Amino acid sequence: MKAKIYISYKDGILDPQGKTVSHALDAIGIKKINSVRMGKYIEIEFNGISKDKASEITDESCRKLLANPNTETYSFEIVEE
Amino acid sequence: MHFAVIVFPGSNCDHDAYHVFRHILDIPVDFVWHRETDLKKYEAIIIPGGFSYGDYLRTGAIARFSPVMESVVKEAIAGKPVFGICNGFQILIESGLLPGALIINKDVRFLSQDVTLEVDSTDSIYTRSLKRGCKLTMPIAHKQGNFIADENTLNLLEDEDRIAFRYSNGKKGNPNGSANRIAGILNKKRNVLGMMPHPERAVESVLGSDDGIDIFKSMIGVA
Repeated sequence: MKAKIYISYKDGILDPQGKTVSHALDAIGIKKINSVRMGKYIEIEFNGISKDKASEITDESCRKLLANPNTETYSFEIVEE
Repeated sequence: MHFAVIVFPGSNCDHDAYHVFRHILDIPVDFVWHRETDLKKYEAIIIPGGFSYGDYLRTGAIARFSPVMESVVKEAIAGKPVFGICNGFQILIESGLLPGALIINKDVRFLSQDVTLEVDSTDSIYTRSLKRGCKLTMPIAHKQGNFIADENTLNLLEDEDRIAFRYSNGKKGNPNGSANRIAGILNKKRNVLGMMPHPERAVESVLGSDDGIDIFKSMIGVA
């Protein structure tokens, strides 16, 4: 079983990296892009626990370490391999 | 005053900080490895700059869970001076001792250059012997030093006179894009200071500036 975790900046938090990438895309001729926001993707693997337990552990991991509650939000999905 | 300089895997300004106390000010100081859990014998704690845990995940995010940090938080809450410089500032923010966040510099680049700081609040052990508005030159060396906070927090920091240092005004003044030009802030009790610039790297004229020494002298009560 695997948790797929997506961490992104909260709305309203400046993302200079995303902005730079957005400019770069524009510079190479890729148009119609409104904005780019950068984030993180993290995978956690589990063995021999229920989906509920995996979800609980993932949520705790995000709250305590993986995401910064001041600047970031997170979401995740638990998938069976 | 007996100082502790906390050493994490990846700290790299620990020796600079140690040098300030041991060799320049002739003050007792120890390196304290991050696995230690007792800081009772120390009267002040320095969290030095560097790249603790390789800056993995977020700057300071993993160091914040090092065994020593529980004692650092405890001593800080008890009122002991805790001074985080650069990565140390990032760690103090991650640990919740200071508010806000330090995100990537506005130009998305690592900046290694001198900056001019303006002393703002002089109501702290760190700045009590400085004058409001006086200018200090010292280096910055960071990629994640762009201080942000929500509007309420910024207003609170301003209203409670908790901004110890600002980057100077003008075109070259605020290179990382920090909100309100903030370079260093105090906690509510004013015993915890975090700042991105490196005063410990500006303590002898041979280093290009000795402006930083005033902060450490202020800490030990020598004007």
